[in-house]
Amino acid sequence: MTDGVHEPLWEVFIRSRRGLSHNHVGSLHAADAQMALRNARDVFTRRMEGISIWVVPSAAITASSPDERDPFFDPAADKAYRHPTFYDIPKEVKQL
Amino acid sequence: MTAVAADAAAVYALRLADDCLVLSHRLAQWSSRAPTLEEDVALTNVALDLLGQARALYARTAELDGTGRSEDEYAFLRDERDFVNCLLVEQENGDFAVTVVRQLLFSAYQRETWRALGMSTDAQLAAIAARAVKEVNYHLDHATQWTLRLGDGTGESHRRMQSALEELWPYTAELFETDAVTDDVVARRIAADPHEVRAAWDASVAQTLRAATLERPATGWAPTGGRQGLHTECFGYMLAEMQHLHRAHPGARW
Repeated sequence: MTDGVHEPLWEVFIRSRRGLSHNHVGSLHAADAQMALRNARDVFTRRMEGISIWVVPSAAITASSPDERDPFFDPAADKAYRHPTFYDIPKEVKQL
Repeated sequence: MTAVAADAAAVYALRLADDCLVLSHRLAQWSSRAPTLEEDVALTNVALDLLGQARALYARTAELDGTGRSEDEYAFLRDERDFVNCLLVEQENGDFAVTVVRQLLFSAYQRETWRALGMSTDAQLAAIAARAVKEVNYHLDHATQWTLRLGDGTGESHRRMQSALEELWPYTAELFETDAVTDDVVARRIAADPHEVRAAWDASVAQTLRAATLERPATGWAPTGGRQGLHTECFGYMLAEMQHLHRAHPGARW
């Protein structure tokens, strides 16, 4: 471990006490999934940040590349009608 | 400072407290030196848990022995002969295998102790134990995970784990010693019965060692003395380092 050979990288997702969905909080190294879970517990949940942890091998994630940014995201910029700002929200609905 | 407590419960609480403080300090010595950043945080987390347990236990000791001493007085102003921790926790960190094995052996002991102490007739010790057992369950899990991976890992990791086990095993006998103090607190149902703790500890450790393909060493030489303040050579150096700041700057605070 000290000779520069790193253990595999894992992405860590934590669901906070407030409920809702798991959020990405960072990444860490671990030999396997069980150790990654424990490391995540130690590194990311020391201050009661979460009630559930997911760890995912970083290698398993397929990411969009910066080259694809224009075709992927640019067309959405001038389509304001896709935003839900034209609807009246009923009073009874507290959170949307 | 010599404070001879008349009450066996006070001595017993002090033993528990010193175990926690000394192992906490040993683990804190890994800070910034652990094999990986993740392990650095994990070991210092365990150290902080143990420090919290030590503080609560010193506070209870001060009530039981009637001296009203502060946690700092127990930690920083007693000399080597006044510490009554077991020899296992003061052993040097060694390589990572020694630290893992020390943690496995001690956390397994501490878990059984806290479990039994949860039903203590001393309500405060019972409350401390009930809270501490959750923390110790995690310490034991952490040590177990590493024991399995290193014991059943490469030839080199297995060799180091087995050698750490041989080195530390003799010190485990002391954990279950009985004397006038333990007889008294067991009789008053304040403390865990060392015989029962040993049986549970034996089963738990044996299972982990088997799964990790490690061989349980034969019981032979069994050093003792920690509970009477007779420590191994390395302890004095650790204490000098731990107490230096407080003794150089009396009353120093964060």
